[in-house]
Amino acid sequence: MSVLLLVTLALVALTGTATVLVRDPARQLVVAGIFGLALAIMFFAFGAPDVALSQIAVSAVAVPVMALLTLVRFDRDDE
Amino acid sequence: MSPAVRRAIALAALAGLGVALLVACLGLPDFGHPRGPYATAVIPLSLDHRHVTSAVAGVTFDIRGIDTLGEELILFSAAVGATVLLRSQRAEEDARDAIERHHELAERTPAPVRGLGAALAGPLLVLGVYIVAHGQLTPGGGFQGGVVLASAFLLVYAAGHFIRLGRVKPESLVEAAEAAGAGAYVLIALGGLVFAGAAMENFLPYGTTGELLSGGTIPVLNAAVGVEVCGAIVLILSELLDQAMLRHEDA
Repeated sequence: MSVLLLVTLALVALTGTATVLVRDPARQLVVAGIFGLALAIMFFAFGAPDVALSQIAVSAVAVPVMALLTLVRFDRDDE
Repeated sequence: MSPAVRRAIALAALAGLGVALLVACLGLPDFGHPRGPYATAVIPLSLDHRHVTSAVAGVTFDIRGIDTLGEELILFSAAVGATVLLRSQRAEEDARDAIERHHELAERTPAPVRGLGAALAGPLLVLGVYIVAHGQLTPGGGFQGGVVLASAFLLVYAAGHFIRLGRVKPESLVEAAEAAGAGAYVLIALGGLVFAGAAMENFLPYGTTGELLSGGTIPVLNAAVGVEVCGAIVLILSELLDQAMLRHEDA
């Protein structure tokens, strides 16, 4: 296994742990987006560019926006 | 149950899961050496049989084309379901209030954010079309390109008053695009049945492998999926955005 693969795997582990450790939901979403990007880089390095593209589409666009809009709804209900 | 006991049970279960995962990983085939015959068989099959250089497109739209049809319809019904649920929760006047509130919010959006949104929307649109159109040649295709296209429209929304979303995102057009994309996929599947004897069978000329117009029905299917996915995501997001702009307590 090359150094590149090990580095990408370490990045995934690091950003995944960071996502769990951040407690504020709005900040957590941003960190989760970076986690998704790390996953995409890892997939790309492992020779799966199709999966990497899907990962970017889902984790950088679809999930953060939908979760953010849900958070807005919750904040407003709390007011 | 006290927290200490609960923690002990959780740690024991996690340790067990960790050991099981480790054992499972040790039994994996070496990286790049899959055990089954399919992974190595699928590349010449896609290249010679379907004339596509992206083996993933060959698998998605030929070998398991019917599964992809099912996935299409799942996304379609999910978008319709979300829209029906969200719309039934609000009246027309509420929606008009929401639009006004959006304009107020757009005034407060920082100018750099709006400028960046306006500047990136065009290049993203081109990138999305590129990814959809080259689905049979390079990684990517209808699903990924469709989401990129949807995010371009989303950036227009973020750009706020720089460009009016109402003009770029007429709701009936988005709904029609979503339905047309899903319908087109079904029609191409049926076209195989009519012209070639089996559902999803290719009935268009293959062209020269590696060129933009090659692979028979696959580029057409990719375009259908791209339109459908883009329509579905824009529809769901715009319904959620309208919902987020509503404030029930002062209505």
